[in-house]
Amino acid sequence: MAAHLSYGRVNLNVLREAVRRELREFLDKCAGSKAIVWDEYLTGPFGLIAQYSLLKEHEVEKMFTLKGSRLPAADVKNIIFFVRPRLELMDIIAENVLSEDRRGPTRDFHILFVPRRSLLCEQRLKDLGVLGSFIHRDEYSLDLIPFDGDLLSMESEGAFKECYLESDQTSLYHAAKGLMTMQALYGTIPQIFGKGECARQVANMMIRMKREFTGSQNSIFPVFDNLLLLDRNVDLLTPLATQLTYEGLIDEIYGIQNSYVKLPPEKFAPKKQGDGGKELPTEAKKLQLNSAEELYAEIRDKNFNAVGSVLSKKAKVISAAFEERHNAKTVGEIKQFVSQLPHMQAARGSLANHTSIAELIKDVTTSEDFFDKLTAEQEFMSGVDTDKVNSYIEDCIAQKHPLIKVLRLVCLQSVCNSGLKQKVLDYYKREILQTYGYEHILTLYNLEKVGLLKPQTGGRNNYPTIRKTLRLWMDDVNEQNPTDISYVYSGYAPLSVRLAQLLSRPGWRSIEEVLRILPGPHFEERQPLPTGLQKKRQPGENRVTLIFFLGGVTFAEIAALRFLSQLEDGGTEYVIATTKLMNGASWIESLMEKPF
Amino acid sequence: MNRTKVDEEEYWNSSKFKAFTFDDEDDELSQLKESKRAVNSLRDFVDDEDDDDLERVSWSGEPVGSISWSIKETAGSSGSSQEGREQLKSRNSFSTYAQLPKPSSTYSLSSFFRGRTRPGSFQSLSDALSDVPAKSYAPELGRPKGEYRDYSNDWSPSDTVRRLRKGKVCSLERFRSLQDKLQLLEEAVSMHDGNVITAVLIFLKRTLSKEILFRELEVRQVALRHLIHFLKEIGDQKLLLDLFRFLDRTEELALSHYREHLNIQDPEKRKEFLKTCIGLPFSAEDSAHIQDHYTLLERQIIIEANDRHLESAGQTEIFRKHPRKASILNMPLVTTLFYSCFYHYTEAEGTFSSPVNLKKTFKIPDKQYVLTALAARAKLRAWHDVDALFTTKNWLGYTKKRAPIGFHRVVEILHKNSAPVQVLQEYVNLVEDVDTKLNLATKFKCHDVVIDTCRDLKDRQQLLAYRSKVDKGSAEEEKIDAILNSSQIRWKN
Repeated sequence: MAAHLSYGRVNLNVLREAVRRELREFLDKCAGSKAIVWDEYLTGPFGLIAQYSLLKEHEVEKMFTLKGSRLPAADVKNIIFFVRPRLELMDIIAENVLSEDRRGPTRDFHILFVPRRSLLCEQRLKDLGVLGSFIHRDEYSLDLIPFDGDLLSMESEGAFKECYLESDQTSLYHAAKGLMTMQALYGTIPQIFGKGECARQVANMMIRMKREFTGSQNSIFPVFDNLLLLDRNVDLLTPLATQLTYEGLIDEIYGIQNSYVKLPPEKFAPKKQGDGGKELPTEAKKLQLNSAEELYAEIRDKNFNAVGSVLSKKAKVISAAFEERHNAKTVGEIKQFVSQLPHMQAARGSLANHTSIAELIKDVTTSEDFFDKLTAEQEFMSGVDTDKVNSYIEDCIAQKHPLIKVLRLVCLQSVCNSGLKQKVLDYYKREILQTYGYEHILTLYNLEKVGLLKPQTGGRNNYPTIRKTLRLWMDDVNEQNPTDISYVYSGYAPLSVRLAQLLSRPGWRSIEEVLRILPGPHFEERQPLPTGLQKKRQPGENRVTLIFFLGGVTFAEIAALRFLSQLEDGGTEYVIATTKLMNGASWIESLMEKPF
Repeated sequence: MNRTKVDEEEYWNSSKFKAFTFDDEDDELSQLKESKRAVNSLRDFVDDEDDDDLERVSWSGEPVGSISWSIKETAGSSGSSQEGREQLKSRNSFSTYAQLPKPSSTYSLSSFFRGRTRPGSFQSLSDALSDVPAKSYAPELGRPKGEYRDYSNDWSPSDTVRRLRKGKVCSLERFRSLQDKLQLLEEAVSMHDGNVITAVLIFLKRTLSKEILFRELEVRQVALRHLIHFLKEIGDQKLLLDLFRFLDRTEELALSHYREHLNIQDPEKRKEFLKTCIGLPFSAEDSAHIQDHYTLLERQIIIEANDRHLESAGQTEIFRKHPRKASILNMPLVTTLFYSCFYHYTEAEGTFSSPVNLKKTFKIPDKQYVLTALAARAKLRAWHDVDALFTTKNWLGYTKKRAPIGFHRVVEILHKNSAPVQVLQEYVNLVEDVDTKLNLATKFKCHDVVIDTCRDLKDRQQLLAYRSKVDKGSAEEEKIDAILNSSQIRWKN
């Protein structure tokens, strides 16, 4: 059912099966028929590990979304709340439970916290007088969710804010726990590398957890050779730039949630004859995007400029395949043709969808404003005029473009200049506050606190040194047949991925100077293995590195890592894990202050 | 057209930056079209039987059987038709599903961690001591040695923290001395588990005086940050402000107080609240902004009351012709300025609602002011006002046109507000850079400007090319012909 998870170098279906098993065990604990009340946010991530059929096998008969006041009627023995540990949700649950009690037959209540129980939440339930109503209060450690054959995410939307703004380490603790689970399933990872304050913390937690774990020795042959922990704030630049891969652009423009995207329906309207009377669908078209779809797996990581030619070639191949039917003369040949038909039709459907999506994206990327924005971004990243007020940003503010877009650009300029000159910063701030509202002082303060937008201190701009040493800006990019990771941003090579690349070859010792400029410590830890489990690498066999982005990762970075994995002489294959799949817009948004 | 096409190409090729377009040689736009065509042509003969073959997906794309799909399906029974309900029933009825044998997968997380069976007697004892089921669903990664020793009620701080961490609620009340409490906190912090740290903090907050709590946390930064986060979470604003005051974190104190205004809906109350923010220890820059925020809302309340009255009285033409779409309360400054330029443009500086007054009070830069006034007056098609906006008199009394935002921007804004060609033309002519002027004139079909500029540039080729773009037999064509036939001009090409 999730075959695409096992295509990669590491079979992530193992993890999926493990978490499914946990879910079944919990459901069986609540004997009898059940209804699940869902924290709506969780249905997306859960959808990646289980279908309704699994729940139904375990007597789940009804499912509702968590809402205030009364629960909908359901003739079941158990009511189970699946929720994140958040206070506001506890209030709703209490309301549900209290209004339930007044109506006839008693039912058993349970609560399943995802990913962790929270004493604070239980305290709140106690204060509201309902804690005693729950028979089972459990936690379901859905820390790392498999998204694709080489991709795991915790889908914790507040992780960056918690770690870097609030300095709350809870999500780091979850990350460490998720990594312990990975090691339990895939063996101890012999080497841990890291860069950044949070990376250091997670490594410390892992080492401590390992020490405390006195159970049987982990006797699984290690699948991973290395773990690389990277703080998002080591590379604040990359997510701010507009991603230019196919998948990255889909995410930038429409937003991919739990591997689904919602698209405007017009382009997908069925063109059937005699259908003229039917109204066009108004509901957004929802598509799942992952490597289970052959065509998508092929084009997702390409620069968007290289997508058109692939689609066109595919169209020719499929047309030719359908033409084959004219050559089928004998019964055997016809049978052969018919047997291939389902596959061909799936391919055709997939091609139709991606042609439509590519058209939608092209409308955006060929617009004048998109070009101007890209020009401004590329100027900043290549180090042109980063210390002056930028006229494109001024224009955006004057025309009241979305605030998130403006903030993203200003932050990008700030990061590419190691902070803005005080005068420039003050100018932008005033323009933003006067145009979008004074209350955004709070958001600007947050951005400053996490280092995205700040005054330059000491009058020194370190970015050029970093850019040159790490070769972050490449003037000659081949978008069609890339030779370097910089193709994912049409010129800019993501800093985070460059660090990974340099770690695998020739090693970080070669870039000590830059590592010292970037925030946080860099380190290496070894986890000794019993001799029986030590790997003897075959000549030519690639290493497998698990790279964990603390604070989020973008699709363009993932594409760049996949590009490195596929290099013939690359020597390293990557499995990517993160606290959240994100882009510049969702990132900035998570840092904006909203009413309580 | 040719000219601009060439220009464009030159620009792409000479530009340092990579143009984000499809490559011309391998024109992908046409490729997209091609694949689209192929797809469409295929539709004709394969019909739509694929609907049944492919994975079943509801229109919204939710795969049938996915969790979010099922919520809608199973929850919607009350509203659906009888038929639908029947379907649902058969889909949901549990009896139709034989209990499937459990997959004999060995990949169970807990099986990995249940490395050892625990002595039965102990298990019951420990279960009896905690008020929740003993089995935690988390992979019990850190089962400590300590757990197997502590049969007594007398757990040490570290054992207590370990139990808390596994979700076993245990009483903290036994820790009475400050020293014990702090040791408990330190244990929790060293585990890095935010959940446990918070639990201990709740206990400390309840059992320690504010002064002692603050004093001890000041030297324990990790715990302190958790307390701040926790106080924000539960909305204990008072204690939070006390804490910032104690720590002398004045800017955070000020911002945290200011933040509360977001939750005040009533404009009068919000205004009064903002007043209390003035003078708080913000940074110098922010102080001025906060003062402005207060002044702006104060103004808006006055303007709103006044204009609502005018509008409902129905006597004022501008409000009758252009009814207000929304209240001006809580709008940003620039929006307020636009509003004031729209409804109160001619008012004397003395009134609160006059644009000039706003400009002065909030020190709005010229650029910003002109931009906003231009947009507002253009929207009303008040071309006179637009003209006046850019007319300056020098001391000799000569008038001159000047635009602090550059005339190319003026033209764009005018065009957005569908200004007539005569008006546009005037401002296109004022654009200094010739190439920009020509581009804008071409884009907005200001024929005269294009023609005159080509003539001035002595660019016969471009003029010829432009001739093909104007209507046959039009005045423009005549004009072009006249110029082309003129012997006065020495063409450069």
